[in-house]
Amino acid sequence: MSIQLTIRQVGDVNVIDVAGRITLGEGASTLRESLRDLVIKSNKRILLNLGDVSYIDSSGIGELVSGFTSVANQGGTLKLLGLTKRVKDLLQITKLYTVFEVFDDEAAAVRSFS
Amino acid sequence: MGEQRGETTCVDTLLASSLDSVDGAEDIVLKIAEEVGFEQEDLHKIGMAVRETVVNAVVHGNRYSAHKKVRLSVAKAWNRIAVTVADEGNGFDLSSLPDPLAEENLLQQSGRGILLIRAFVDDYQMRRLSPVGTEVKLIKYLPDSNRQPKGF
Repeated sequence: MSIQLTIRQVGDVNVIDVAGRITLGEGASTLRESLRDLVIKSNKRILLNLGDVSYIDSSGIGELVSGFTSVANQGGTLKLLGLTKRVKDLLQITKLYTVFEVFDDEAAAVRSFS
Repeated sequence: MGEQRGETTCVDTLLASSLDSVDGAEDIVLKIAEEVGFEQEDLHKIGMAVRETVVNAVVHGNRYSAHKKVRLSVAKAWNRIAVTVADEGNGFDLSSLPDPLAEENLLQQSGRGILLIRAFVDDYQMRRLSPVGTEVKLIKYLPDSNRQPKGF
């Protein structure tokens, strides 16, 4: 399954539901373009829901980092929601658990932006 | 880094320098890893290590050149799988790569592939080939390597 993105608004937070694979090629570039669009439109509160991500590779991780810095450079914040064990493991191996704010509960994640 | 004692070569093939080869290599290796007896979580780790290695060969080694191939060899023994990936690129110095875990590199977009490969296999070896190319060998052992040989 390739990547599928659904963007919804919860209060003033843009929640991006990501499903499928974030890998080098289509998956990573689709996520990059989606985040870029939100940043261009000055959306500064972005919650990336990775609960349905089945696979992520080093390029996918790179896109998460790139998205994080792009949003931060515009004065915004990108946070992560619903990480699977495999994605959590990857963030721990790469020490990115110390960079991203990560949530298991969507309501708590949305509240954290205010 | 040739075939080690007790290993049987199952596959030795040339792949095109395209991203399609990444999926193909993963499929080939996982089929053999299942025969060895690896279970789901280790299959995921093996698959990921192979994907990252072949991506490096295609993207950084051969730079997508239609004139260059990636050689994939897979050998198995009763307690392990050994995957060798060779490209025809100019090679690189492993020690010159930035440490992706260093504070100043944490927010770099790339540079984590080899870190992940090493995290997911038990042995990672790399050598320069002559006249050109880089060969990487990955070895993953079954968690319970004391079990009796199967099929050998």
